Amino acid sequence: MDHEPAHRRLRLLRNLPVAAALMALGGCNFVVLHPAGDVAARQRDLLVESTVLMLLIIVPVMVLTVLFAIRYRQSHRRADYQPDWDHSIHLELVIWGAPLLIIICIGALTWMGTHLLDPYRPLTRIAAGKPVAAEASPLEVDVVALDWKWLFLYPQYGIGSVNELAAPVDRPISFRITSPSVMNSFYIPALAGQIYAMPGMETRLHAVANAPGTFAGFSANYSGAGFSGMHFPFRAMPAADFDQWVASVRAVPDRLDRSGYLALARPSSNEPVRHYAGVDPQLFGAILNLCVEPGRMCMHEMAAIDAKGGLGLAGVDAVLPRDVAASRPRAVFGANPAYVASLCTPEDPTAGGRPASPARLDLSPPLIGFGLSLPADLSAPASLTLSPVPAAGSDS
Amino acid sequence: MSMAAGARPEEIAVRTYVAEEAHPHAEGDSTSLGFWIYLMSDCLIFAMLFAAYGVLGGNYAAGPAPKDLFHLPLVAVNTTALLLSSITYGFAMVAMQEGRIGRTQLWLAVTGLFGLAFIGIELSEFADMIREGATPQRSAFLSAFFTLVGTHGLHVTAGIVWLVTLMTQVRLHGLTAANRRRLACLSMFWHFLDVVWIGVFTFVYLLGVLR
Amino acid sequence: MIESQQAVSPVFGRLTLEALPLHEPIVVYTFVVVALIGVAALGAVTWFRLWGYLWREWFTSVDHKKIGIMYMVLGIVMLLRGFADAIMMRLQQAMAFNGSEGYLPPEHYDQVFSAHGVIMIFFVAMPLVTGLMNYIMPLQIGARDVSFPFLNNFSFWMTAGGAVLTMLSLFIGAFARTGWLAYPPLSGIAYSPDVGVDYYIWGLQIAGVGTTLSGINLVTTIIKMRAPGMAMMRLPIFTWTALCTNVLIVATFPVLTATLALLTLDRYLGMNFFTSDFGGSPMLYVNLIWIWGHPEVYILILPVFGIYSEVASTFSGKRLFGYTSMVYATVVITILSYLVWLHHFFTMGSGASVNSFFGITTMIISIPTGAKIFNWLFTMYRGRIRFELPMMWTVAFMLTFVIGGMTGVMLAVPPADFVLHNSLFLVAHFHNVIIGGVVFGLFAGMNFWFPKAFGFRLDPFWGKFSFWFWVIGFYFAFMPLYALGLMGVTRRLRVFDDPSLQPWFVVAAFGAFLILLGILSFLVQVAVSIKNREKLRDTTGDPWNARSLEWATSSPPPDYNFAFTPVVHDVDAWWDMKQHGYTRPLAGFRPIHMPKNTGTGVFIAALSVILGFALVWYIWWLAALSFVAILAVAIGHTFDYRRSYDIPAAEIARAEEARTRLIVAGAAP
Repeated sequence: MDHEPAHRRLRLLRNLPVAAALMALGGCNFVVLHPAGDVAARQRDLLVESTVLMLLIIVPVMVLTVLFAIRYRQSHRRADYQPDWDHSIHLELVIWGAPLLIIICIGALTWMGTHLLDPYRPLTRIAAGKPVAAEASPLEVDVVALDWKWLFLYPQYGIGSVNELAAPVDRPISFRITSPSVMNSFYIPALAGQIYAMPGMETRLHAVANAPGTFAGFSANYSGAGFSGMHFPFRAMPAADFDQWVASVRAVPDRLDRSGYLALARPSSNEPVRHYAGVDPQLFGAILNLCVEPGRMCMHEMAAIDAKGGLGLAGVDAVLPRDVAASRPRAVFGANPAYVASLCTPEDPTAGGRPASPARLDLSPPLIGFGLSLPADLSAPASLTLSPVPAAGSDS
Repeated sequence: MSMAAGARPEEIAVRTYVAEEAHPHAEGDSTSLGFWIYLMSDCLIFAMLFAAYGVLGGNYAAGPAPKDLFHLPLVAVNTTALLLSSITYGFAMVAMQEGRIGRTQLWLAVTGLFGLAFIGIELSEFADMIREGATPQRSAFLSAFFTLVGTHGLHVTAGIVWLVTLMTQVRLHGLTAANRRRLACLSMFWHFLDVVWIGVFTFVYLLGVLR
Repeated sequence: MIESQQAVSPVFGRLTLEALPLHEPIVVYTFVVVALIGVAALGAVTWFRLWGYLWREWFTSVDHKKIGIMYMVLGIVMLLRGFADAIMMRLQQAMAFNGSEGYLPPEHYDQVFSAHGVIMIFFVAMPLVTGLMNYIMPLQIGARDVSFPFLNNFSFWMTAGGAVLTMLSLFIGAFARTGWLAYPPLSGIAYSPDVGVDYYIWGLQIAGVGTTLSGINLVTTIIKMRAPGMAMMRLPIFTWTALCTNVLIVATFPVLTATLALLTLDRYLGMNFFTSDFGGSPMLYVNLIWIWGHPEVYILILPVFGIYSEVASTFSGKRLFGYTSMVYATVVITILSYLVWLHHFFTMGSGASVNSFFGITTMIISIPTGAKIFNWLFTMYRGRIRFELPMMWTVAFMLTFVIGGMTGVMLAVPPADFVLHNSLFLVAHFHNVIIGGVVFGLFAGMNFWFPKAFGFRLDPFWGKFSFWFWVIGFYFAFMPLYALGLMGVTRRLRVFDDPSLQPWFVVAAFGAFLILLGILSFLVQVAVSIKNREKLRDTTGDPWNARSLEWATSSPPPDYNFAFTPVVHDVDAWWDMKQHGYTRPLAGFRPIHMPKNTGTGVFIAALSVILGFALVWYIWWLAALSFVAILAVAIGHTFDYRRSYDIPAAEIARAEEARTRLIVAGAAP
């Protein structure tokens, strides 16, 4: 049986040195070990430190295993054979104590590192010894993971881009991340660790790029058929170049409004880079709260209503059928695709009082999940729920 | 194999194996422990459903909340029926211990009728809610509610099927050891469902209406 | 992705001829090959008139030994399927560079990696581990069978039924394209409307019933059926690990059952547990599935730790070092395994304190695990180590597993996990512990206990081929993945842009090819051993000069395991008996009470597969019919009160006499 495979094996073996040489020549980019951002560098440091600490015990164990395996094999017939020796309090102390000590050290590192490198925590330094200047404001980027492309919105500039992210070096970046559909993970290895993009939830990431260059960014959580084509370049550039980039984006004719977004959100992969000179300022809040569609109730509004005990039996019928052409399949015994209608629908009995004073909105976090913070736009009156509803919404 | 010094073969035999008994572990010896472990695993399923209800129970999706839906008097009747059924099952077990087949069967039948009453009331409650539009699809709260209460109801239904089966078997074979064991298992199952219901009644219904 | 609602026919549900993947050449070839092998196997069974024998002696058997062997066969058959998926993935990833799409389209590739994970965990690792526990544990505690022999048969057939339903998805319809844990919303009806996730759900639910019941059975057996004198602290260490594992099964599989049931309700009834609309929460699913999922990996590794302990002590010719601390380590791991689930999703926005808590609890598990490694090490110390195959696997494990343990702790540091989560580094890590831990241990166990089960040893020559191919293949296959992970390459990608990565994937594919040779060598090893069985015959029942009770009886053991129940005085009960000059009793036999075979388990499991199939395809009448039939068969079974019989003393005397002749023949030069 092994004639043919052995032959192939040999051929492959011959190719191995070539492969190894290729790897060296290819300049393998261990980006996790050589990142271009301070956060990723500190995460790398923690990785290396914990590895070194563990090697303190792993290496002796491996050496001892080989040593004992050779030394005590039967053919040696050593005289110190002790078939009934099965206990030693001193050894037991060592074998429980040594791992314990190392885990205490790594545990302490972990506790500090996890808090210092919490992706929700605003940066305090740009690089070692370079604190963030007091007056510097971070670049804000709103990230939306779509099926299967990335939408980046720059609220400070009013612009947006698809499948391309640009940022100035040495300026902290504050990401707010969400997804309207399935789970993805937003990851630029050269910049900082990843964080998930999840529907109806907002995650945060703070990072800074320290060197200019173009780095790979992608989704690190499988999200369906187009997943492999869901990547983007992250361009870190000097501040002046970034201003130029912003100007070039502002020069394009395209703008992104809600209906444009809904068209964009349809599944597609390997999308080319696209720029938007203008973006509806309420768009990200609407995406986050899953209420881009006209007449759909936003999640934070819904959460506020629920915190007050719901709308009672009257609320049963406050649902709008979805546009059948655009809606996804339903369960075989489920109801027709629908969503909860926004209270602004004219014939809704409770709509008269124009709900949603900011206080009401702040009643309850709309998100379920560990430690997820309130969406930032809750602190500002989320007027997006109050925007006039197109006539289509009042059909129900 | 070195023979230990001075030991005679008979001594060795006594030391190393049991020569006398033919049934080291009587049949059914493990049944009650095994059934307990099964109940604990079933309890975990309920724990998960309670957890889901705990997480999602406040998400009404701008729809109805417990106070709009639950009719405590009806649930009280329901709870009473189930609690009484546990007591009547206890009477059946007492009769079984006394070896009185007729009485055992009678109390088992009463237990089954209480169980049926419980299921009937629950189904009518569900039907009312669905008629009012509070379907399991309307909100995560309603999904969790129907699933938790419905799973309990399915268990009670299975218990009733089991009860009828056992009554038939007692009629056919009398109160044999095997049948006593089975009645004891069903008894544990029945009381277990009672305990779970007390949890449902407290956390879902009472706290729901208070909230 | 967006499709209009599919029509559901009242007769065939949504099953149409299009469900047969006739347009996919790879699947068609696979089907032809599988069908040919299947027809050949069925034909051979018919030709040799084996149906009656198989039915009477195996399929309906309630003997824990035969059920154990059937589990092993199931696991090895499914290993071939799961490994075929692995090779396909490695080839795809080695090819799909420089604009090449590889040879697998996404709808196929995404099924392959989902099926690979599901099959390897549920239908390879679980059956193999359960099979060994089923076979060995009752012998180790000196019992004649498990507590509930019929339930044991039923559990096996439910596990096999789940495997059958999962395999059906290869040829009728499709499997899930969601990854092995099927996170919603992707696994919800809106994003996965086809039958894939339904196959996943029902395959796992059917197998899960078997696993849970088997767990209940084995826990009860260990607690109730121990031989006299076997106190808990005299349990053989493999039995201890089996106890902890089955406790974990009983305490976690219901969580999986409930979680999948909620997903089912979302998918079939349109409920809103895990949707994003109407107040549902996908995070709830992620939490629940990992509350099951993390203990699951300990369910696999704990019994294997037990195997290593037995092997290390036997082949070092020494008592196990630190038995007590080994037991405590196992118990501590069992408990801690519940407190770490969140480390699978540090990157989902938990707060820093929550992340640190779960990171540190994860690291704490490495303390008892490290203690175990040291215990094996000091079991070897001052021993006389015989490097038979089981010991070779054990040493390979010790060297390999520590690397996996180290990378595991690296992943447990949340900030490090942020850069490594879902990367190929993670893939390398869990294959490092599952192959380097579970698989190596299963091979150690199979080589160790094979002579007990079949009466002859496995051929060492081909066994060494298998060993070296596996071990070297593992390093070639997974060390490149560690490196790729450090290059920021994520898992489950189908095509790649960066050509500099390709050599690494080629090396990994080469490693997978070596592992293929390892699997083939194992099959050859079994075949050669059967051919040379007379030369490899174990006449003594104790071919390795071993220590625990399973070696006290013949190889293979008689139906009743022990003619007389042994009395236990030491952890190493059989060693102790040998030391004290044990002589086999040759007279005074009494009849032994044994459970009778029954076909009920096969029938219920077969009906469950039909029920699952009907539910997958929305064939409601068939679902209702098979459900009623299951109830009828189950209730009908309870009306059978004569479930046991006595083996007469004369028959036992005959069997024991035959053994005596064998021992004498074996002792003759």
